Amino acid sequence: MSRMSTPDVVARNTATHPPERAVSHTATKPVPHALPVLLPSALHVVRGALDERRVGARWRLQRAHGVALVAAFLLACGVAEAQAAANDPSILATLWRWTPLLARGFVFNLAISFLAMSIGTLAGFFLGFAQISLLPPVRKGASFVTHFFRNAPWLVLLFYCMFLLPFQVTLFGYTIPIPDWTKATLGLALPVMANVSEIVRGAVQSIPTTQWEASASLAFSRRQTLWMIIFPQCIKRMLPPWMNLYAILTMATVLASIVGVAEMMTLTQRALAAENRPGLLLAFYSYVLLWFFAYCYPIARWTVRLEARYAVNQ
Amino acid sequence: MIDAKPPSEPIVVLADVHQSFGDVEVLKGVSMTVRKGGVACIIGPSGSGKSTLLRCINGLVPIESGTIRVAQFEVHKLRSDEEKIALRKEVSMVFQQYNLFPHKTALQNVMMAPIHVLRENEREVRERAIALLTKVGLAEKQDAYPGELSGGQQQRVAIARSLAMRPEVMLFDEVTAALDPETVKEVLNTIRELAREGMTCIIVTHEMRFAREIADQVHFTDGGKIVESGPPAELFDRPKIERTRAFLSQIL
Repeated sequence: MSRMSTPDVVARNTATHPPERAVSHTATKPVPHALPVLLPSALHVVRGALDERRVGARWRLQRAHGVALVAAFLLACGVAEAQAAANDPSILATLWRWTPLLARGFVFNLAISFLAMSIGTLAGFFLGFAQISLLPPVRKGASFVTHFFRNAPWLVLLFYCMFLLPFQVTLFGYTIPIPDWTKATLGLALPVMANVSEIVRGAVQSIPTTQWEASASLAFSRRQTLWMIIFPQCIKRMLPPWMNLYAILTMATVLASIVGVAEMMTLTQRALAAENRPGLLLAFYSYVLLWFFAYCYPIARWTVRLEARYAVNQ
Repeated sequence: MIDAKPPSEPIVVLADVHQSFGDVEVLKGVSMTVRKGGVACIIGPSGSGKSTLLRCINGLVPIESGTIRVAQFEVHKLRSDEEKIALRKEVSMVFQQYNLFPHKTALQNVMMAPIHVLRENEREVRERAIALLTKVGLAEKQDAYPGELSGGQQQRVAIARSLAMRPEVMLFDEVTAALDPETVKEVLNTIRELAREGMTCIIVTHEMRFAREIADQVHFTDGGKIVESGPPAELFDRPKIERTRAFLSQIL
């Protein structure tokens, strides 16, 4: 879109201005080669940067996405209704009948997301601070762990946790079972940890070094500086990306269905199997999408608001 | 200065200090002495190593060779954080960009270090901090955040914050360079008052008139060296070295 507009503007300009004026305009330019070449590209760069800044907000969930989802859902229901046999119950009634079960699954999704986020955040904080340690081995080790888990596919990490962790551990004679959902939670907590680690590192390093200098000359120790001066200033900067990460994690909890955890996606599949009506497929999955949208949309809007507020303040 | 102070013992002594960032040698053998209660002004063109010199004195920047003694501290020998912290309790620094803590109010900015570093009683510190803010003329701004203060006001809070540590020596690094001409005066008045009260000050500045008025000793630096030193009347009116003359003729 933005790429299109440059020739657009040029075309309009030459159309509205008389040709002789356009000629004299180019003739008076002091550097005939540099400007015509550099100016459009500079404009292009600026526009690209502006676009990029806007994209951050544009790709967040918006109301229009919700409207589109509802439309898709209704369309899917309509299609299913059309395919339905004469004596089948209506699509909406079927959905409604399964809703309590699906809702239980959704609560499970949320529980997994809360737990994974808590564990991941806690571990990520330690890892993030280790990444800015003054001890090279600690720093390098933390950076390696962070980048390993940040760049590994979430699903692979999930499978690793599923199959590497035992299904029970025996401690002091007690056998403690480790249910699948715990393993899935841990599997999801790993990438969260790595992402939080980067958020923490980035936020700490985004605080101007002059703050460190000022604290040092007031005789604060490094630890005091970090906890009392740098970290409190970081919280504002970390909150929006952290909330973003939470929204992503919530949507990723359905991955747990692949490893057999009874969350919303798994239950949907079971419901579909029980109903055994191929027409329901689209309607049910759109319905699940709507649930996730309803949960993540407020988070996304809140994040955008926070970002805007902190951008003004800083 | 007009009234000659009785000579006191030296409190800051630099001898042949060398320092470099990578391949660039910033300080090429600087020697300087500041007496207790004295006011030394360091002038010179940008990039001549003035700010680095100050940062060496409070141990923010390690030096490569030479010696720096501040009160009882051999700064060039300090390695551990604890030793550096002990030094910095005695040597406080004020920066060009104020560097207040933006998440704390003016009063909290002043109170933080005495409470957490010196571990002093909070009520006493509060009283002292309010007194200091009153002294720099900002008593009514004690609950304002740095973002709500003007540059000059922020800089005066920063001075109060440093003074709250009750240091032996104050370092000022171009503290008026980021201010507009009107607010420069209020900051300079604060420093002037400090100097009059007998605080040892080392001041890097481009305010020549201020330097002439306040300093006991003026040091002109160029290319990482102190080219010429002397009492202000001598250095400003009868510079001995051609480079000093050239610099002053550009500025005055």
